[in-house]
Amino acid sequence: MFNKDRWREILEVLTSNWFRTLLTAFGVFWGILILIVLLAAGKGLENGIRSNFGDIATNTMFMWTQSTSMAYKGLPKGRRFYFKLEDVEAIKQNVPNLRFVSPRNQLGGFNGVNNVVRGIKTGAFNVYGDYPDIINQDPMGITSGRFINELDIGEKRKVAVIGEGVKASLYDVGEEVIGTYLKIQGVNFMVIGTYKKNSNDGNAEEIQKEIFIPFTSFSQAFNQGNNVGWMAITANDNSSITQLKEQIFAVVRENQKIHPQDVRAVGHFDLFEEFNKVLGLFMAMRYIAYFVGILVLLSGVIGVSNIMLIVVKERTKEIGIRRALGENPWSIKLQIIMESIFLTMISGMAGISFGALVIYLINYFLETNGPVEMFLNPSVSLGVVITALNILVVSGLLAGFIPAQSAIKVKPIEALRME
Amino acid sequence: MIEIKNLHKSYKMGSNSLHVLKGINFSVEEGELVAIMGSSGSGKSTLLNILGMLDVLDEGSYTLDGVPIKNLNETKAAQYRNKFLGFVFQSFNLINYKSAMENVALPLYYQKVGRKERQEKALKYLEQVGLREWADHLPSELSGGQKQRVAIARAMAAEPKVLLADEPTGALDSTTSYEVMDLIQKINDAGNTILIVTHEPDIADMCKRIVHLKDGVIVEDKKITQIRASQYV
Repeated sequence: MFNKDRWREILEVLTSNWFRTLLTAFGVFWGILILIVLLAAGKGLENGIRSNFGDIATNTMFMWTQSTSMAYKGLPKGRRFYFKLEDVEAIKQNVPNLRFVSPRNQLGGFNGVNNVVRGIKTGAFNVYGDYPDIINQDPMGITSGRFINELDIGEKRKVAVIGEGVKASLYDVGEEVIGTYLKIQGVNFMVIGTYKKNSNDGNAEEIQKEIFIPFTSFSQAFNQGNNVGWMAITANDNSSITQLKEQIFAVVRENQKIHPQDVRAVGHFDLFEEFNKVLGLFMAMRYIAYFVGILVLLSGVIGVSNIMLIVVKERTKEIGIRRALGENPWSIKLQIIMESIFLTMISGMAGISFGALVIYLINYFLETNGPVEMFLNPSVSLGVVITALNILVVSGLLAGFIPAQSAIKVKPIEALRME
Repeated sequence: MIEIKNLHKSYKMGSNSLHVLKGINFSVEEGELVAIMGSSGSGKSTLLNILGMLDVLDEGSYTLDGVPIKNLNETKAAQYRNKFLGFVFQSFNLINYKSAMENVALPLYYQKVGRKERQEKALKYLEQVGLREWADHLPSELSGGQKQRVAIARAMAAEPKVLLADEPTGALDSTTSYEVMDLIQKINDAGNTILIVTHEPDIADMCKRIVHLKDGVIVEDKKITQIRASQYV
């Protein structure tokens, strides 16, 4: 294989007609370039959308109550009900493989009235009554102080963790936040920490304007009894919430005396399912990229094959002479196939390199001109490059095979007779 | 050296079959210089092609240096050609993008002789045909006679049992033809077996034996007194 004379021969043949070689090489170059750029663009879109999901635990479902749609056990339809803390316990007891079950109550919200007062400053913020686990489902960085803990829950302490956005609208710059008091709907809470969430989603501003207080304090301060507004439920990593959710609903229906077939009584949003749909979309995009890229590459490869056929035709007599002198037909075949692989590899690698340059430039412009929504860091992995190289070797082989076959199909005597 | 018995060969031309060789019996001893003569269509080139394993026989037997030549696949045929035979063609058939030396070294390359040894041998054979100084020239820079001498050097390089020449002087003027024949005679003097296909009587007269083919059969096979080409050069 690494025979100096053979390589010299390959170079002699390919350089004997530069223009033709370059045009042929361009087909393969173009094909692999398009494959690489398409894959990188798909990856960029994927990265962009993944970063929109942020750090949220994606194996999570949110669940809330709606009104019943069926009469059951003497209870009318259209009945409104609330989740109770007992439901939370029942779910934890009866459904295995759940990592977190976080009941939650909520106050205020988007477009709400001003519900938080500090001195002369007021603001409208989402106020959540939460358990400490929520920080694992809806991750946030604690920038000062601490998050809610079990003691806060147990002692129903009136403490609050506020977002950087809240801090910005209620406090002066540089003012000490920890230990100060906020009045939330007329009840004083002491600030014990601040947080900042990661996201480059459209609501990046909104999610910094939240206030977390202990679930138990919330219930007591705002007269919720043991009502639960909604729940965030996360499954263990090795099981999916989408599979477990029916069990959860069954437990809730049983507890709340809801008809077992009443699917409308409990509303939910399955983040995992949505996430998987998006993942499926990425998969489809990758298939499309490969499909289109390989088809374009194929036309380049056909070009190589075509040129090799012409080269073989031109060299028929020479091949006849070589065979009369005793060259093994296999050696001739190998020579042609190697020429073809060499040409595809060289032009393919040029395509990959140029593709890398294009990706680099795109990244450079993204960096200098700021982020673009839903598009982040387009790239191809080493695996893709290796796959592309493999595709090149295989296509070089295929491109050389037919010409090589036709080269030794002509009998030496007929080849010699050609003038 | 060569033993042919009852050789038949026909070509299919559409629905017609052209019977070219009709039962040839023929043998060549080692060290002979044989001219195969005949008008065009007499089957002399076909005979040479079969001897050269470039073509296969339909019927009969062919033994070369004690080895029966039959049912060869292409790989085996290539190997035998390389080991047993050297070819000289009318149109020289040098590879035009390789220098004289590389052309001569080609059969050695197929024998997997190392690069250095190949070059040394090639230069030695070029020296023998008097073209050492032309070793780095491309065929296009050589005259017809020089090209044929390079081709002869190439045919000899593999040290074959038999040298087969198909109209070696067909494309050359008489002076050059005699030079080439002089070279062939010298090679023969060194003990090599040579077969020449020609239709020129003066060339045939420079061999030691003339086989006359007509319509696919041998009509005459005689030993003659060789005329030395050197007297004309």
